[in-house]
Amino acid sequence: MEIHRYEKLWTVGALLLIVGLIATVTYGAVGPGVTMVDDSGGTVDADSLGDTEFSDPGVTQVGENEYEVHVVARQFLFQPGTAEPIRVPANSEVTFYITAADVVHGFELAGTNVNTMAIPGQVAEVTVQFDEPAEYGIVCHEYCGSGHHTMAGQLVVVPEDEYDTEDS
Amino acid sequence: MAYVDDFPTDARIVRWNMAVAFLALGIGGLFGMVQALHRTGIFRGFVSSADYYTVLTGHGVLLALVFTTFALCGLFTWGVTRSLDRSLPSVRFSMTWFGLMLVGSIMAAAAILGGLVPSIPMSADVLYTFYAPMKAHPVFYIGLTLFIVGSWLAGVDWFRTYWRWRDDNAGERIPLQTFMVLTTMLMWYISSVGVAVEVLFFLLPWSLGLIAEVDPLLTRTLFWYFGHPVVYFWLMPAYFIWYTVLPKLSGGRLFSDPLARVVFVLFLLLSTPVGFHHQYVDPGIPEGFKFIAMTNTMFLLLPSLLTAFTVVASIEHGGRQRGGEGRLGWLRSLPWDEPAFAGCVLAGLMFAAGGFSGMINAGMNINYLIHNTLWVPGHFHLTVGTASALTFMAAGYWLFPQITGNRLRFRSLATIQPYLWFVGMTLMSNAMHRAGLAGVPRRTAEPQYGSVTFEGVVGGVSEMRIQIAIGGTLLFVALVLFLLVVFGTWLGGDGTDTLRVNSSIPAPLSGPEHSPKILDNLKLWTAIAIVLIVIAYGLPLSALVADGLFAPGSPPIPV
Repeated sequence: MEIHRYEKLWTVGALLLIVGLIATVTYGAVGPGVTMVDDSGGTVDADSLGDTEFSDPGVTQVGENEYEVHVVARQFLFQPGTAEPIRVPANSEVTFYITAADVVHGFELAGTNVNTMAIPGQVAEVTVQFDEPAEYGIVCHEYCGSGHHTMAGQLVVVPEDEYDTEDS
Repeated sequence: MAYVDDFPTDARIVRWNMAVAFLALGIGGLFGMVQALHRTGIFRGFVSSADYYTVLTGHGVLLALVFTTFALCGLFTWGVTRSLDRSLPSVRFSMTWFGLMLVGSIMAAAAILGGLVPSIPMSADVLYTFYAPMKAHPVFYIGLTLFIVGSWLAGVDWFRTYWRWRDDNAGERIPLQTFMVLTTMLMWYISSVGVAVEVLFFLLPWSLGLIAEVDPLLTRTLFWYFGHPVVYFWLMPAYFIWYTVLPKLSGGRLFSDPLARVVFVLFLLLSTPVGFHHQYVDPGIPEGFKFIAMTNTMFLLLPSLLTAFTVVASIEHGGRQRGGEGRLGWLRSLPWDEPAFAGCVLAGLMFAAGGFSGMINAGMNINYLIHNTLWVPGHFHLTVGTASALTFMAAGYWLFPQITGNRLRFRSLATIQPYLWFVGMTLMSNAMHRAGLAGVPRRTAEPQYGSVTFEGVVGGVSEMRIQIAIGGTLLFVALVLFLLVVFGTWLGGDGTDTLRVNSSIPAPLSGPEHSPKILDNLKLWTAIAIVLIVIAYGLPLSALVADGLFAPGSPPIPV
C-alpha cells in the first residue's frame, strides 16, 4: 500500500499523541493517585433506603481527621446539603457515599473535580481531601424532572478549631 | 445529465429524506434558540422553566436522531446509487423503511410535544437519553423502535443494491462511496442492538406496566453501548462528503482512496467498545473497564487525525489545480464563495476544535472537571452541531439542484450562510466550554442558584451568557437562510434548469488498486469488531445482570 512520506510522519505523530494521552491518565492514577468512581460503594435497595446506612444521612467522624458523609439525592434536594449545608472541618479526609432515592441525579462541587452520578440502586464512593476552609456550591448536574434547576446545596469547610462535633 | 434525470425514483427518495431531515432541523433549531435565550436568562417568555425540558427533549430527539438519520439516508441513497450506477431494487421496499422512520419520528415527536399541551394526556420529558427510572409515554418508546427498525431496513436496501452489483461485477473493488455506506451500516447494526434491547426488553414493557422494575444502571449502560457509536453515525456521513465530494468542490481529487478505506474500517472496529467513557463517573462499574474504554477511545482519535491529513491534502491539491502557489498561497485560490465548499471546510475546521475538547472528555481523570457541565454540549455542538450539521447543509446546497433539476435559488444568501453559522457557533461554543470549566451544569433551565456561585476561569459568567444567547440567535438566523435556499430551490422551478453542478467524481490520486484487497473483507472486520466489543462489554454486562436482570430495580417515575 502506498503511503505518502508526509502522511507516514503525520500518522506517527498521531500515534504518539494518543499514547501520550493514555500515559497522562495512567500517570494521574499511579502518581497523584486519582481514582475513578467505581463499584466499591456496592448496591442498595432504592425503595427502602430507610433500612440501610442511608436511613439517617449526614456526617460521621470515623477517624482522627477522617469523616464519612452519606448523601441521598431525591427530587429535588440533597439530604443533607439543601436544607442545611454539609459541614466538614478543614484538614480532613472526607469519604462521600452518594445514592439516589428516585431517578438519576448528579452531585458536583461546582468548579472542582468532585463530580459523580447518583444512580438509584448504586452507591458512589468518593474520597476528597479538604485542606482549607471554603464554601462550595453543590449542583445536581443530571436532569431529574421539572424542578431540576432548583436542586442545589452547599458544602462548608469550616476551620478546624471552629468545627463542632455536635454538627455531625 | 443530472442525477434526477438518471435516477428519477431514487432522486425522489433522496429528496424526501432530505426534506424530512431539514424540516426536523428547522424545528429543532428553533427549540435550540429558545433554550439559549431561556437558560441564559435573556428571555424566558417562550416557555416555563418546567416546559424547558419538553423543548430540550424535542431539540435532542429531532436533531440528534431524526435530522441526522434522515440526512444520512438521503446522502447514502444518493451515494450508493451513484457509485454503483444502479437504482435501489424496489421502490416499495424503500418507501417501507422511509415510512417506518417517518411514522416513528412523528410518534416520538407527538409524545414529546404533548408535554406542552395540558389537555393531551401524553408526555415524554425524558431528554434524548431517556434514563430510567424517568418514564415517558409508551408511544415515545414505540416511535423510537419503529424509527430504528426503519433505519435497519434502509441498510438492507443498500446492501441488496450492493449484492446485485456484486453479481454483475465479480472481483471488482467496492466503489468507495458504497464501501463507506456499508461499513457505516455494519457499525450501526452492531451498536443499535444495545438500544433495541434496552427499549424492547426493558423500557417499553416497563412503561406499559408489564414488568414492575428495571435496573437503572443496566439500561443506562445499554444506552451508552449505543450512545457513543451513534455519534459516528452522525459523523461518518460527513466524512463521506469530505472524502468524496469536498475534493471535487475544491477543484481537485481525493488524495488517497486506500487511507479512506482504512479510516472507515477503524470506525467500524472502534466505535462501539468505548461507551463506558460516557460513564466514567458512574458508580457500579469497575475502574478497569473504564480504562479499557478510554484506551479504545484514544485510539479512535486515529481515524479522525488521518482524515484531517487526507482532507487537507486533497483541498491543497485542489487549490494548486486552480492555480494557487506557495506554501499557503493555495488557500487563496479556493472557492470560498461556493457555499458547499465553504460549509464543508468551516465544518471541518470546527471539528478540529471539537476534537481537542473531545480529548479532554476522553481523559478519564480530567473528565471529572467537566462531566455533565456545559462544556459537554459546547463540545458536541462543534461535532454533531457543526461538523455534521453544517456539512449536511453544505451537501444540500450541492445536491438539491441535482435531485430537483432546479438551479440553486437565493445564491447570495447561501454564500453568507456557512459563515454566519460559523460565527454563531464560535460565540456559543467557546462560552459554553468556559462556563463548563466554571462548573455550570448542562441540561438546566435556570443555572442560577442561591447557594452556588460560578467563577469563570477565563472571562465572566455574564459575558458567557450574552455570547451564548447571541450565538444561539445567529445560528437560528443562519438556519432560516438555509431553509429558504433549499426549499426555494426545490419549489422554485419545474426541474428543467441547466445545472452548473453534476455528480461525477474524479478518480483519486491514489486509487483502490494501491490498497490490499483485505480492506474490502467486510466479514473479517465485522468479526473483529464483535470480538473487541466482547472484550470491552462481556464482563461488565454479565456482572450487571448477575444480581438479576431487573435488580437493583426501580419502578417507573413519570416526568
